[in-house]
Amino acid sequence: MGHIHTAGFCLAIFLGTVTATANAATIEPQDVVIRDAEVEASLTGSPGDPVEGSKWFKSRKLGNCLACHGNRDQIGEPFHGDIGPPLDGVADRYSEGELRAILVNAKSVFGPETIMPGFYRVFDGQRVREEFQGKPVLTATQVEDVIAYLKTLKEE
Amino acid sequence: MMVKRTKIAVLSAAAAGLVMSGYAFALPEGVDTVQVTATAKDHPLDEIYSGWHFRTPETQALQQDDFENPGFLWVEQGAELWETVDGSEQKSCASCHEDAADTMATAGAQMPKWNEALGKPVNLEQQINLCRSERMGAKPWKWESSELLSMTAFVRNQSRGTPVEVQIGGPMTPWFEKGKDLYNTRVGQLDLACVNCHQGYYGQSIRADRLSQGQSNGFPTYRLKWQKIGSLHRRFKGCMDQVRAEPYKVGSDEFLALELYVNWRGQGLPVEAPAVRQ
Repeated sequence: MGHIHTAGFCLAIFLGTVTATANAATIEPQDVVIRDAEVEASLTGSPGDPVEGSKWFKSRKLGNCLACHGNRDQIGEPFHGDIGPPLDGVADRYSEGELRAILVNAKSVFGPETIMPGFYRVFDGQRVREEFQGKPVLTATQVEDVIAYLKTLKEE
Repeated sequence: MMVKRTKIAVLSAAAAGLVMSGYAFALPEGVDTVQVTATAKDHPLDEIYSGWHFRTPETQALQQDDFENPGFLWVEQGAELWETVDGSEQKSCASCHEDAADTMATAGAQMPKWNEALGKPVNLEQQINLCRSERMGAKPWKWESSELLSMTAFVRNQSRGTPVEVQIGGPMTPWFEKGKDLYNTRVGQLDLACVNCHQGYYGQSIRADRLSQGQSNGFPTYRLKWQKIGSLHRRFKGCMDQVRAEPYKVGSDEFLALELYVNWRGQGLPVEAPAVRQ
């Protein structure tokens, strides 16, 4: 059992290294440029995976978009929140660049009073708990995955 | 000391969509519902609602029946402790305060209160511990200990039905302002302040959780999630954890200031302790 764990751990480190190298072009949170409520280019330099994005959308530990937004596409999931607008057809309402700007820092699009957190921001101060310090809620890859998923949400 | 419990025969449960009103316990004249018009000057809300209003009929019913309400286990323990002699002075609470039903009928609705000797406000937990160390010569109880929770629940329960009324003038003002500031300051990785959820979106849902106005009149509260009773400061800590912020300590000056401000936001709501919440 112990051997398997060790092997799994080493594999995780190995994969982590590979991912980091592959994402050398990744834009860091503090370097993202939001212009006219849009972020044109992918944060990783490549398109995201909508299947992965769908997972982050409902994961209580990660994006948890479902905490605040209803989504008919995930009707099988219990407890859709209603703090924000439903995201059915969101791809018809916003361009990819706009979706990316909203995800990175919603305040840059909706104004400083919005309740929506920025998912690719890093805060100095404001008592961020130690394990989250210097880290955005989602990685660049995860943000791109969620955007790829949101782009599939079109009105029929 | 006997604990007086009330069992309600009929819940005035209105049809879906209507406000359910009617406490099992007697309320003073003019206070007859879980919803009151905000009377405090400059109150940011027009109407204030007890957290009871936002819970499911099952949870509401659990609170309404004192024989079913699990918070009464702590109230009963508190009643015993009230009569228990402790410390070098060989005194119990009852030695000075006698019958809590009379002497504590309003005290629980008026904390935190200014303490001249300490030069700061004290809340109910702190006042209980001051009595222990100063008057009884007994060791103060730890925060969230079964004893302190029980005594707090017992004393607050004596004030059940009394409208919350805290003083915010004079030396309390800087503490009130500090609490207000904390309430409105975004914290944590999720960059949220109390005001964002509990003023802007009460009644709406974050996943399975229906947001309340964050009122404090039911504390200490039996939370189904905790499977026990807990203090208001513990609840504050939970909220800060959820927005991924480093919480202040229970009993800290920050949480004391926040408690004062949050209690003021519930000015006029009847004390419900021990409430039952999700």
